[in-house]
Amino acid sequence: MARIGVFICHCGENISATVDCAKVSELAAGLPGVVYSTDYKYMCSDPGQSKIKEAIREHNLTGVVVSACSPRMHEPTFRKACAEAGLNPYLCEMANIREHCSWVHEKGDATTQKAFDLTRTLVEKVKNNHPLESIKVPVNKTAIVIGGGVAGIQASLDIANGGHQVILVEKQPSIGGHMSQLSETFPTLDCSQCILTPRMVEVAQHPNITLYTCSEIESMDGFIGNFNVKIRKKAKSVNEKLCTGCGLCTTKCPTKNIPSEFEQGLANRTAIYVPFPQAVPNKPVIDRANCRYFLTGKCKVCQKLCPTGAIDFEQEDEIIDVKAGAIVLATGFEIKNTDFFPEYGYGKYKDVINGLQFERLASASGPTQGAIRRPSDGKTPEKVVFIACAGSRDPAKGIPYCSKICCMYTAKHAMLYKHKVHEGTPYVFYMDIRAAGKNYDEFTRRAIEEDGAKYIRGRVSNIYEKDGKLIVRGADTLLGGKPVEIDADMVVLATAAVSCDGSESLAQKLHVSYDPYKFFAEAHPKLKPVETNTAGIYLAGACQAPKDIPESVAAASGAAAKVICLFSNDELTREPIVAKVNRMPPPIFSTCMGCEMCISICPYQAIDKENITNRNGEVIKTIAKINPGLCQGCGTCVAFCKSKSIDLEGYSNKQVYEEVLALLNN
Amino acid sequence: MENDFEPKIVAFVCNWCTYAGADLTGTSRIKYSPNVKIIRFPCTGRIDFMLLLKAFSNGADGVIVSGCHPNDCHYTSGNFHARRRWVVFRTLLDFMGIDINRITFTWVSAAEGAKWAEVVNTTASKIKELGPYEAYRKITNEIWES
Repeated sequence: MARIGVFICHCGENISATVDCAKVSELAAGLPGVVYSTDYKYMCSDPGQSKIKEAIREHNLTGVVVSACSPRMHEPTFRKACAEAGLNPYLCEMANIREHCSWVHEKGDATTQKAFDLTRTLVEKVKNNHPLESIKVPVNKTAIVIGGGVAGIQASLDIANGGHQVILVEKQPSIGGHMSQLSETFPTLDCSQCILTPRMVEVAQHPNITLYTCSEIESMDGFIGNFNVKIRKKAKSVNEKLCTGCGLCTTKCPTKNIPSEFEQGLANRTAIYVPFPQAVPNKPVIDRANCRYFLTGKCKVCQKLCPTGAIDFEQEDEIIDVKAGAIVLATGFEIKNTDFFPEYGYGKYKDVINGLQFERLASASGPTQGAIRRPSDGKTPEKVVFIACAGSRDPAKGIPYCSKICCMYTAKHAMLYKHKVHEGTPYVFYMDIRAAGKNYDEFTRRAIEEDGAKYIRGRVSNIYEKDGKLIVRGADTLLGGKPVEIDADMVVLATAAVSCDGSESLAQKLHVSYDPYKFFAEAHPKLKPVETNTAGIYLAGACQAPKDIPESVAAASGAAAKVICLFSNDELTREPIVAKVNRMPPPIFSTCMGCEMCISICPYQAIDKENITNRNGEVIKTIAKINPGLCQGCGTCVAFCKSKSIDLEGYSNKQVYEEVLALLNN
Repeated sequence: MENDFEPKIVAFVCNWCTYAGADLTGTSRIKYSPNVKIIRFPCTGRIDFMLLLKAFSNGADGVIVSGCHPNDCHYTSGNFHARRRWVVFRTLLDFMGIDINRITFTWVSAAEGAKWAEVVNTTASKIKELGPYEAYRKITNEIWES
C-alpha cells in the first residue's frame, strides 16, 4: 500500500501570495494513499529538507511529492534529500505550482484549485514510480576538438596542458584558421601571425595532441564520456612519415595557376602545395582536382624530384576510429563573398574585394608583401571606400544579425591603409559603429580622429565603373539622406560572417542543435554559453555566433574547462530514465513481435535485435533489445510501439495515464 | 452556451522546450488562463496519441501538444516523429468524426515564454466557444455501457 508524503512550499510569498498553501495541504491529506501532508515557507531550505527527511523516517513513506517550483530547478535538491533519508530518489516527484501556477494566475480559488490538481496528479504518478538505480558509465579521458582555428588551438592546448589526450581534427591541410590570414589585429595592431604561429607550433609539438589535417568527421555515436567517432582522413598523396617538408616538390610542379585559398585568390599556387609558409604541419599535399597526373595520367614530376620517395599517388582516404569522452566544436565561420552583392559589382569588378582579401593585401606575408595595391592593375589606390554591414543586418539578404567583427576590422583597415598610403583617403560607409569592448571605441575614434578616415553614415546603393574609377553612390543619412558619390580606386566590402559550409550536416551527425543561420546552439544563452544540449559536446568560438579573437579564445578556454571538469571524474552517473522491452515467462517471452520499427526510429541506435533461443540453441523468437547505456530516454519508441511492449522508466504508460486521469477527474 | 463555462484543457509538453518555455512564462510573470494544466514528457516523441483520446473521454474539452521547434529537438528527431504522427492522427480523427479543432499542435521553445501564454489563451478562448466536449464522452460512455 502506498504511503505518500506531500510537501507544499510557500516559496516565501512567491506561491502563498496567490495560492492558499494550507488549504492545498489539507486537501492533499485527504487523497487516497497520502499519509502525511504539510506546508512550509521554504521547502528547499535546510529546515524544509529536514522536514521531508523526518517525515520519510517517521511515516515510513514510499513516495514523496514536493509542490514547489519547477522540477528543472529543484528536482535534484529534493531527490538528494530523499536519498539521504533512505528513500530511493526516483520515488520523489515535484509538482510545479510556482512557474506554472502561482506566478501566472491571479489570487483566487481557481489558482488554489489548480495547485491542488497539479499536486494530486503527481501523487497519482508517484504511486506508480519504481525505485531506480542511476546508471554509472566510465569516462574516456580523450577529447576531440573539431576545427583548428584559434578557438580550436586554444581549446586543444588548454585540455592537453590539463594532462588529457586531445585529437585535433582540421578540414584544411594546415591549422591556423582565419586568424593566420589576418595582417594585424584590432585594437592593438599586433601582427596576427606573430601571436598565432607559436601556438600552432606548440600544438604540433605537444605530446598530448594528435593532429589530423585534411580530415573531417564521418560519423559519431555514443554519449557523454563514451563517444565513438569515425574520422575521414583524406588522401594527401604525400606520405607524412617520409616527407621532410623540404618543399622541393612544389618548385617544379607544372600547374602553377590555381588561385590560392590562403591568399583569397589574390595569388596562385601549385597543385602540390603548402598552404602558407608557416603552415602546421609544414608538409605539402596534392590537390587532386587540379593535379596534372590525376587529370591526365601523366606527369609525376614531384615524385621524381622527391628525395625521400614520399609522394604516393595511390594513397587512399583513411577512416580512423577513435573513442572520446568529450567533443569541442570549433569549426568557426566563413565570410560571404561569391556574387552575393550584384549591386556592388562583386565578381565583376576586380577592385571590389572583401575584408579578408584586404587582410592579405595588408599582410607582410601576402601577395604584395604588405603594399596596398589594387588587384586589377597593381596601382596604389588613392581613394578606398570601405562598406560595413555588407549583407549583415539586412533581413532582405536573409542575414538579419550583426556580424560583430566588421565595425572593428573596417576601422582597422582604414587605419592600415592610411598608415601605408599616407596621401590616400579612406572612406567608410556605416550603419552604426558598434565598438563595444575593451579599448574598442578608442580604436575607432583613433581611425576617425587621428588617421582621418572619413566616416559616412549611410548605405551604398550601387557601384559602377567609369574611366577606370569605381563610382560609389550612396546617401549620407546624417545630412538628411543627401546623395554622395565617390570616385574610388578600390572598394572593400565588410561582408557578413556566416556559418561554415557543412555545419548543418556536422550538427546532425553530432546531434547538436543549431539556429536558423546554421550556427550551433548553446544550451542556455546566458548560463551555459559553451555547452550544447547534447551532454559532453561543447562550443568554442565563432561556430556559435560571429565572435572576435578574444571572445573566441575565452569561449575556447571555457569549453576546455568544462572538458577538464568532466575528465576529473572516472565515472559519470546518468539518470536511469531509459526504455525497456517487456519480458515475461515462456512461452510468450515478450509481447514484442519483432517488427523492428523501433530500431529504425531510435535516434541513438540504442535498439538492437535479440534472439531468444531454446536449449538446443534454435531461435524461437526475435525481439527488440534496448541498450541502457545508449538510450537517452526520449521515449519515441514507446509511443511508436505497435504492441505496447516498450515502456519508459519515469514516464511509463501507467504513470502518464494515471496523470491524465488524476488531472481530469476531480 | 453558458458564459461561465470553464473548459478543462490538458497540455502534453516536452521537458526541454515547451516545459522550459512555460517556466519562462512564470518567471516573466505573464498571466494566462488557469484552465490549462501541464503534463511533462521527456519529448513530444514520447506522446502516445491514445493519451489524447484518454483525456477527451475523461473530461478534457481541449488538448495542447507542444514541443521543440523542428531541428531543435533535444533528442534530434522526436519532434519530427510527433509531427508525422499528428499528420496521420489528425486525418484519422477527422475521419472518425472527432473535432480536431479541440487539439492545438504547436512548437514553443524554451525562449518563448510569451508565446506559451498566447497559445494557452488562444486555445482556452477557442475551447470556451466550442463548449464542453460532451458529444465525445457520450459516445465513449455508450460504448462502455454496451
